[in-house]
Amino acid sequence: MPEATSVTPDGLSREDARNAAREYRSRRWRAFLFVVPLLAFIGFSFVAPIASMLYRGVYNPTVASLVPETLEKLPSWQGEERPSDEILSIFALDLKRLANDRTSGQLAEEVNRALPGSSSVIKSSARKLRRVDDSELANNGAAILIDANAKWAEPEIWQALKKTGQVYTAGYYLTALDLENDPDGGIQRRETQIYVKLYGKTLRMALIITILTVILGYPLAYFMANSSSGTANLLMVFVLLPFWTSLLVRTTAWIALLQTNGVVNSTLLALGLTDAPLEMLYTQFSTIIAMTHILLPFMILPLYSVMRGIDPSYMRAAMSMGSPPIPAFLRIYLPMSLPGLSAGALLVFIISVGYYITPALVGGTDGQMISNIIAFHMQQSNNWELAAALGSLLLFLILALYWLYDRFVGAGNIKLG
Amino acid sequence: MRKFPEYFTFWHIAGHYSLRFSAYLVLVFLMLPILVIVPLSFNAEPFFTFTEGMLSLDPDAFSLRWYQAIAQDQKWTLAIWNSFVVGIAAAILATGLGTLAAVGLASPWMPFKRLITALLLSPMIVPLIIIAAGMFFFYTSFNLVSTYPGLIIAHAALGVPFVIITVTATLTGFDRSLFSAGLSLGASPTKVFFDVVIPIIRPGVISGGLFAFVTSFDEVVLVLFLAGPEQRTIPRQMFSGLREQINPTILAVATLLVLLSIALLATLELLRRRSERLRGTSD
Repeated sequence: MPEATSVTPDGLSREDARNAAREYRSRRWRAFLFVVPLLAFIGFSFVAPIASMLYRGVYNPTVASLVPETLEKLPSWQGEERPSDEILSIFALDLKRLANDRTSGQLAEEVNRALPGSSSVIKSSARKLRRVDDSELANNGAAILIDANAKWAEPEIWQALKKTGQVYTAGYYLTALDLENDPDGGIQRRETQIYVKLYGKTLRMALIITILTVILGYPLAYFMANSSSGTANLLMVFVLLPFWTSLLVRTTAWIALLQTNGVVNSTLLALGLTDAPLEMLYTQFSTIIAMTHILLPFMILPLYSVMRGIDPSYMRAAMSMGSPPIPAFLRIYLPMSLPGLSAGALLVFIISVGYYITPALVGGTDGQMISNIIAFHMQQSNNWELAAALGSLLLFLILALYWLYDRFVGAGNIKLG
Repeated sequence: MRKFPEYFTFWHIAGHYSLRFSAYLVLVFLMLPILVIVPLSFNAEPFFTFTEGMLSLDPDAFSLRWYQAIAQDQKWTLAIWNSFVVGIAAAILATGLGTLAAVGLASPWMPFKRLITALLLSPMIVPLIIIAAGMFFFYTSFNLVSTYPGLIIAHAALGVPFVIITVTATLTGFDRSLFSAGLSLGASPTKVFFDVVIPIIRPGVISGGLFAFVTSFDEVVLVLFLAGPEQRTIPRQMFSGLREQINPTILAVATLLVLLSIALLATLELLRRRSERLRGTSD
């Protein structure tokens, strides 16, 4: 018999308890080892890229690496009048070097974002400074620079340079929220509200799409769940086939249907319902209808899987006791189908908030969503930092929704097919 | 006429028929766009709409010229080749790593199970444009942009959640004592894994692989940002076709893709039945 002191509250001897704990740890480790390769892979291919994007929204070393000497001196400048001749001379030397390296265009682009119109000032000055001798620039740089362009005598462009020269900045996040720094260091709203409005429009469109998928998906899922299993399986094929069909194919189909000379307009004209073809493609309407079509299976599948588990005799019991169909449905069936409904609705909403392809192809200017403006900043305006900031805000929104989904539905409970 | 229970009033019957009617209407909405493109792809004219001749079923109004156009256009043949190469490679990568991880996640001793599952499933939820932006920044520093390996690992990351979900589903009915039995009979863990575990979860693994393949095959946003002209895939080619010059070649490609998805759907259904039979949960 072991002594009382060597017995744990579970009634195990110390040694057994230690062995059990060791066995438990080793089993945990063994299970974890299976996941390690995938975690490493996802860490490199997926998590690290997104983390680096979040970082990029606040970290912008471009200007700082282009004109390091100037930026070293600028902090001592108060910002009311133009900086001292010394700083101007240093900048003139920096700019000449950039002109010879053919990188002055990068500086022009970056500063132009803070102060529109600076691009041509920087580019033309850089061209003129290229042929000036270094020693002359060191002695008389300020006069030469102002001679090249009078804007250098004014403080605005220097303020813009100082602002873009900050390596760490919250500026892009502020821009993404339509805010800006005011001269006193506080935060104020921008005059033109672009992005907040666009976020609002994206959320509104996602909500409309979610509501439409509920309106269309619920009756079909209900009908399928209450059919014989043969009928239900057959109907399921018609839900799964669109689900499995490439979304490019489905978007193409909507272009064929909705364009000015398309199938819908031809039918309407032939039936005499309209005199002139309707402009349906490249509008918000076409984006919403095509996305509703594409996302409808994501609503039907979780709804159906929950409804299949609801015993039909509850409804029968209610109706046989005299309840009319609608009250019986609202008080008996609807509450029981809520888990499927919330799963489907959250899934559709999450997917549609971040949708890119369909709005890009059928949205025109009116149907663009937040993803499209992110792509625009990456491809056309080359403002990667703003794209990163806008993307990060979208990501936080999606993660909040995903967290809700995980809480209410459980991320591991997603069913496919 | 169907027989209704005696307690059914007029409203019950009306409700029954209007439900049935609206359900069929929704099915038409789901299927019609896909059905419309099939005949349009045989259009003899370079239009996206039915011609008079097509409506009167004139044989001369139909042709296979857009299908020939696919075969003759080097851009399309390269795109088809790329789609299969990238899709298959990404599916193999995702299925291998994903199956292993799913086996670990199914273990009752798995630490941080909820957190890790949520992390591994997140590529399915994060918007593609954000993934594309992040990957472009990050992959550039490893010279992976405009290369096949870059596109393949990007697509494999997207396929992982589907493999996890399907394999986990097959593992829920898995009797873990089979694993211990194998070990107690002297087999190495690796041997038990390949000879006992894999055969039982094989249907889940294959359908997970198919999901991963389709995810890659259908994906276009990452291709837009990460692929060079050499790595253009079918959806990428369709995307630029729809933006630049719309012609029925795209409809012919779309029709072929619909056929492919029918084949896939049939395969998955067969796998599902097989899995249910193996696990004895068929209903």
